[in-house]
Amino acid sequence: MQRENHRGFKFDWITIILFLLLVGFGWVNILSASHSGDVVSYFDMSQPYGKQLIFIGLTFVLILLILSIEAKFYERFSSIIYLVSMLSLVGLFVFGKNVNGATSWYGIGGFTIQPSEFAKFATALAVAKYISDLQTDLRSIKDQLKTVAIIFIPAVLILLQNDAGSTIVYVAFFFVFYREGLQQIYLILGVIIIALAVSALKFGIVITAVITLVVIILNFFFTKKKRITILQSLVIFLLCVSFSFSVQLFYKHVLKEHQQNRISLWLRLEKDPAKLEAMKKTILYNLNESEKAISSGGLTGKGFLEGTRTKGKFVPEQHTDYIFSTVGEEWGFVGSAITVLLFVMLIIRILYLAEAQKSQFSRVYGYAVASIFFVHFMINTGMVMGLIPTVGIPLPFFSYGGSGLWGFTILLFVFVKLDSNKINEW
Amino acid sequence: MRKLLLFSMVVLVGLVFIARLFYLQIYNTQSYDIYEDNAIRKVFTYPKRGYVYDRNGTLLVANQPSYDVMVIPREVEPLDTLEFCKLLRITKDDFLKTFNKAYRYSPRLPSVFLSHLSKEDYAVLQEKMRKYDGFYIQKRSLRAYQTSIGANVLGDIGEVNRSIINRDPYYRMGDLIGKQGVETSYEKTLRGVKGIKFIQKDRFNKDIGPFDEGRLDTLPQPGKDIKITIDAKLQEYGERLMQNKRGGIIAIEPSSGEILAMVSAPSYNPNILVGRERSKNFNKLYKDSIAKPLFDRGLQAMYPPGSPFKVINALIGLQEGVVNTNETFTCRMGYYYGSRKLTGCHHHRSPANMNLGIYESCNAYFVNVYRRILEKDGSNISENMNTWSNHAKSFGLGNYLGNDLSVGQKGRIPDGAYYDRAYEKGRWASTYVVSNAIGQGEVEATPIQLANMTAAIANRGYYYTPHIIKSIEGDTIPSKYTKRNYTTIDKQHFEPVVQGMYDVYNKGTAKHLKVSGIEICGKTGTAENFVRIDSVKTQLTDHSIFVAFAPKDNPKIAIAVFVENGYWGGRFAGRIASLMIEKYIKGDVTRTDFERWILDHTLEHEYEKPYSGKPFKINGETRVLRKEEYDQIKQAIIKNSQEEPLDQ
Repeated sequence: MQRENHRGFKFDWITIILFLLLVGFGWVNILSASHSGDVVSYFDMSQPYGKQLIFIGLTFVLILLILSIEAKFYERFSSIIYLVSMLSLVGLFVFGKNVNGATSWYGIGGFTIQPSEFAKFATALAVAKYISDLQTDLRSIKDQLKTVAIIFIPAVLILLQNDAGSTIVYVAFFFVFYREGLQQIYLILGVIIIALAVSALKFGIVITAVITLVVIILNFFFTKKKRITILQSLVIFLLCVSFSFSVQLFYKHVLKEHQQNRISLWLRLEKDPAKLEAMKKTILYNLNESEKAISSGGLTGKGFLEGTRTKGKFVPEQHTDYIFSTVGEEWGFVGSAITVLLFVMLIIRILYLAEAQKSQFSRVYGYAVASIFFVHFMINTGMVMGLIPTVGIPLPFFSYGGSGLWGFTILLFVFVKLDSNKINEW
Repeated sequence: MRKLLLFSMVVLVGLVFIARLFYLQIYNTQSYDIYEDNAIRKVFTYPKRGYVYDRNGTLLVANQPSYDVMVIPREVEPLDTLEFCKLLRITKDDFLKTFNKAYRYSPRLPSVFLSHLSKEDYAVLQEKMRKYDGFYIQKRSLRAYQTSIGANVLGDIGEVNRSIINRDPYYRMGDLIGKQGVETSYEKTLRGVKGIKFIQKDRFNKDIGPFDEGRLDTLPQPGKDIKITIDAKLQEYGERLMQNKRGGIIAIEPSSGEILAMVSAPSYNPNILVGRERSKNFNKLYKDSIAKPLFDRGLQAMYPPGSPFKVINALIGLQEGVVNTNETFTCRMGYYYGSRKLTGCHHHRSPANMNLGIYESCNAYFVNVYRRILEKDGSNISENMNTWSNHAKSFGLGNYLGNDLSVGQKGRIPDGAYYDRAYEKGRWASTYVVSNAIGQGEVEATPIQLANMTAAIANRGYYYTPHIIKSIEGDTIPSKYTKRNYTTIDKQHFEPVVQGMYDVYNKGTAKHLKVSGIEICGKTGTAENFVRIDSVKTQLTDHSIFVAFAPKDNPKIAIAVFVENGYWGGRFAGRIASLMIEKYIKGDVTRTDFERWILDHTLEHEYEKPYSGKPFKINGETRVLRKEEYDQIKQAIIKNSQEEPLDQ
């Protein structure tokens, strides 16, 4: 009896308070972004803010459910949960409902459910389970391939449903692998690949090749223990050049026009001012309006329900992907910076707790949760502020949508549950 | 170390985001301006512009509704241009030109697309306007002149230009503002304050309700009616007399400084500056660089004042004690310095005392007086010149009057420094500047300054700043218009001078201008004037000048009349002044002989001379023409030029 009581207080209240603040402030902004005219009733089910309030209510039921299940359950049933989740993704190809060009929803009655929001949780469980297996060694190529397969299955399935944004989130697992022992070389390779890709698009192949050559030559002469032969250097150089070349081919021939435009804008590839002006009115429209809304907020914002650009619905998708622009306009720098800080605090708190876990399963899972939140937060907020090319993924706890809210809540609270149980894991 | 990768990235991203927010929200923004926010529609309600009445309560300027088609270029959707142009009765070229102009001004802010629709056009358009996104009709109020006179007094209203908008943020593109006359000087009183409504728009440009529950909205404050000091009947009469002449008439009530009439000729009908034809007509007036109808000669034209200025010298001479009223000076048909004739004079009795000097307008008398003023105590001429200058300036000459009229000129009363500059210090003497004695030379004044000077004499030593505002609805007029400005001349010196001016009518240069039953005091003036024709200084026929006030005691009107190239003072200006005085005091005119003569004669041929390209005669060698004669000559010229085309 005493033990039960004791356990009840072991939930990490800091995480829970941060969660409550984010959800509460998120809803306030959804209300601003989605109300039209007067707010008649907060429970108006015909309005997104009304629906979201129901979703939030149900979230608490979900939280109670999660916390009341034995912690061991999640580890034991992770494979089954993963399997079910993958089946739900496959099922979309048959029963899925197409919304905005992506077949990512099941329609049940008046509601829609997006299984990809839950797949992140399932994948995180599966990855944690696999890595924490005593047999697994992330330094071996075989195990690396197997782990990557776990995240590749949902990623590919989601990509096939034409939801590229949600696919990118699976990059988050790289942080998990790296933490759990993936060789340094992968990190270096990753950085080099990104640098090469950006350079190839921004400066062209010739300049990229020259830069590469200079770096290789410098490396050749200044590394004291000369591990790389001239021949190897040459191979590396050719690999780099051909990679740059293929990046260009990929950009020109594989990417769709709107994707090209997003990258072109991000890297400022378009120089023609007339075309740039035209772009501002079409594909840049969202970004432009969102930046304008944020800028117009100033230091303290225009106040709750007073955002003129929010009220005028100038920013499309403002209650979903662009919700942060409402924060910017109505709450100003103060409100936006506090929101950013809340996210940073939540992620760091999860990281801190994850490192404190005794079981590797809990730690890996916690790390995965932190990584997923981080990637969502970085991509969404960065996009709304114009720092990152447009990628349509939600801001955890802020963006409107039941599936997203529940997906993130499950992710978080399963970790809260695992964390609360660490005392028993000897 | 591996643990730190994600941790450091989270911290880094957090910092970058806050920096970005700082850049977007604090560093990179001007403070939020609701007028710049295109999510808020600004709807202005223009108040009624105040009416203008004359001193007797006759309505001069009222309002009439006008409808403008406005455009917000960014909100314009592709439209059937042909049909739209047909509705507005414009060509497609006009459409594109105006549209591009509006776009260049601002794609987001409304511009006037087509101004001043007729009521009929408005009725038709009103129905169809919904079809054209980005266009709408705005009702505004235009002026409706109840009279055809007083264009220079009343002024007009027109659209603000960019520089006004930049100077005064009250005005927005397409707003109307007073452009001349009382419309300018009483703009703020007349216009009131426009009301504004802020309306929240959505991104489809639909109104979705008042912004901030209408807390920032304001109601329009109607403009105030004003009563001006002009006597409409006198003004109209003056304008009629000045037809076919150039010059100005200013009549002032000496006991208040109120301007009774303010005529500038040539003038125009103020109604032509209302409505769609405004800019066309305005350009026509503006570009007429010969007749200059927009140039208010009563206020802006600086003429040599001529003989009327002599009375000022008489007053200064008395004040400085260099002459008394009985002292006489010899006139030998002019003033001789040694054997050199410095200035001529006409034939009259000699020697002359002050009274005779004034009523016969003796040049020699005043040159003597003026030299005494400058040579007083045999000392520093420059200082004596300053003394003289200050006395003259105390009559409102040589500087702006500080009145409530939209334009003006300083005129010129030279001082010692002026000649020290021109001749070098100590290198000039009183004989150099004797022209000032008779109102020629370096002295220059505007007709309103002369009228004011006359009012100061009529009041025996003070004047009220001339002004045009009589009363403002629910307000008072500035106190500076009810304050006496004293001249530097003692009161007792005025009586002999006034007597002299009375004798001008009684037995002097204006004795033929007498009006029975009114004791008029006046002074004739004839001013030599020159122009440059192909850079050759050429003399033109003298200006005809006359100043007068009446009655002699308790004067009701002081007047200055200037008729360009009217030859001598009594010929045009004197007759007009007498008629104006009689008209104002009696309400009717008995000297119909003058009236007929003035209305019958023209000076147009004089004004054509400098532009004819041929040599011409002036003053006594030429004669004044009757209107019919002038018209006949004109027609003959036209006929000739048609029969014999100029071969050059």
